[in-house]
Order: sequence, then C-alpha cells, then structure tokens
Amino acid sequence: MISMNMVILITGSSRGIGYNLVKYFLSQGHDVIGCSRSVNELQHNKYKHFCLDVSDEKKVNDLFVNIRKEYGRLDVLINNAGLASMNHTILTPLGTVNKLFDTNFKGTFLFSRQAVKLMKKNYFGRIINFSTVAVPLNLEGEAIYAATKSAIEQFTKVFSKEIASLGITINTIGPTPVETDLIKAVPKNKLEELIAQQAIKRLGNFDDIINVINFYIDTKSNFITGQTIYLGGVFK
Amino acid sequence: MKAKLNKETIVDLLLTILKSTLNEIDGRVDLTEGENIKLFGGEGLLDSIGLVHYIVDVEEKLEDEFGVSVVLANEKAMSRRTSPFSRVSYLADYILEEIKLHSND
Repeated sequence: MISMNMVILITGSSRGIGYNLVKYFLSQGHDVIGCSRSVNELQHNKYKHFCLDVSDEKKVNDLFVNIRKEYGRLDVLINNAGLASMNHTILTPLGTVNKLFDTNFKGTFLFSRQAVKLMKKNYFGRIINFSTVAVPLNLEGEAIYAATKSAIEQFTKVFSKEIASLGITINTIGPTPVETDLIKAVPKNKLEELIAQQAIKRLGNFDDIINVINFYIDTKSNFITGQTIYLGGVFK
Repeated sequence: MKAKLNKETIVDLLLTILKSTLNEIDGRVDLTEGENIKLFGGEGLLDSIGLVHYIVDVEEKLEDEFGVSVVLANEKAMSRRTSPFSRVSYLADYILEEIKLHSND
C-alpha cells in the first residue's frame, strides 16, 4: 500500500527516467519536487522544479530549507540524477572521474543526508538510489561509471544501518539499459553483448523501474532496507 | 521578527533543545551544569544517534528563530582539535561564528 499525498523529491527530473517518474507520481496525486541543472517545462499545480547541480552543497541545503518551509515534510527521495561515461580507463581524464563522482555519488550523499533530517520527524521515509547492472557485470569500458554506482550500493548498505532506528529505509535499484539519452552513445554491439548476459534478454523500460520503486515505497516494505535489486535477471 | 543573537540566547536555545532530545531518548535530564554540560564524547550526555537528533533539531531552530540555515557538521567543525560538539558552550561559540560567517556571504 502506498499512502496518498506523499511529498516526493526526484533528482535529475528534466528528462529520461526522472521526467517520467515526475509525471507518474503526479498522476498518482502526490506532491512532487524535481531538480536538475536544466529547467523542466512541466506545468502542474503539484509540481515544483529547482535548477541546481546536485553536487553543490549550498544549493542542495537551500532546496531542503525550501521544502521544509513549503511542505513541512518529505516522504520519498529518489536519487535519480546520474551521468554515464564509456571509455577505456587508460583513456579517461581525471576531470571525467570527478564529474561522475560529483553527480552520481556526492549528489546521492548530499540529498540523502539532508532528506533524513526532514524524514526523521515523521518516523517515516523512503530513499531510493540508482545503481546499474554494470556493477555486477563488471563491464569493460565502464570502470569509472560502475565504481560510482558501486559506491552508491555500499553507501546504501551502511547508511541503512545508521537510519533504521529513525523509521527510514534506503534501497537501490540497478536497471538494465533503458531507452534514454544516457545510452544513446553506447555502440549497438556493446548493448547486445550486455543484454546477452541478462537472464531476460531485452532492454528495460519505465514500467520495470516503477515496479521496483513502488515496492520500495510501499508502507509494507518497512522491513526492506540496504538492498539492491537488479533488473533483467542479473546478479552478483 | 527574529530573536536577538548572542551567546546567552544561543545557550538557552541549546539547553532547551537538549532537554527535549534527552527526554526523547530515555528521560535523563540534568541540565544544572548549564553551558558546561558535556554533550558528546567521553562523559557526554549524547550517543552518536542522540547527537544526530540534537544537531538536526538545532539546525531547524536556528532556521526558525534566527532565519539562518547552516550545516553544523561541516569540515571546519570536524577538523577542530576541540570538537564544538563536546560542550554546550563550545557549540554556542561555534554557532555564533558560523552565523557571522554566513551573514557575510
């Protein structure tokens, strides 16, 4: 069961999975707050958008001050913002490593830290992070991207123990490739090789993702924390 | 109208929140030592999760009553030889410093 009228914060909400998550949760009647570096043109009386870089601590803190003032609470945080990069490690500039860790890991850390401060008041909260099947599959060319996501999985496990007594759960979803801008640059043969390693051999879609997210958000999932669910039949 | 900012008001605020935090944890409340109360580490009244609750509540009250938003557990706090979280008095001094710093941003 998912409570009505939840306040849900989604990072990376201007396109791809994040944009679809915003539309989905609005259609379910929830208050949705989104953020991304670019604007989101979506107009809805229950949607509020903030333009920011998820690794900018000051901007992130200000966003949470705004949420506290306007909504007084936060029920769900979905750390969806992410950058991908495919390159041989030898050919990867340090700048790329910094950019990926800033957005993927530091963003997840900053938002999770501030979210818990708001969630603890109601003794309820759900944090959902994004990993990737590139972690268990150890994909060549994705060393840095997978390392950032692996960091998120480890963070999820340890942080789940630190916040369990506050009634807050934190879990991770590891999608297969989904048709979004993120995989446009991935060569077709690489995608086919990747899908061949899944038990269920197809691209993922938005419904696959929302199914797992709804499971994590469900009030009955209060005994599920620190977990990572991979789509497509991929496992460690 | 925001409350007046000085060490005395900050200490009062910290003690009020501490009383509420300790009540939430296990009902031990002995604040007779005032600003000399040891908060965290050694014989401090708070364990790590208690300190988390306390810092979050202090940050919220600072926002509500003084209109300043600060993250108290920052690099500066963590790298000090004497932790601002060890005593009420040190925390009050540290908060005043942070507020002054942020008002100059």
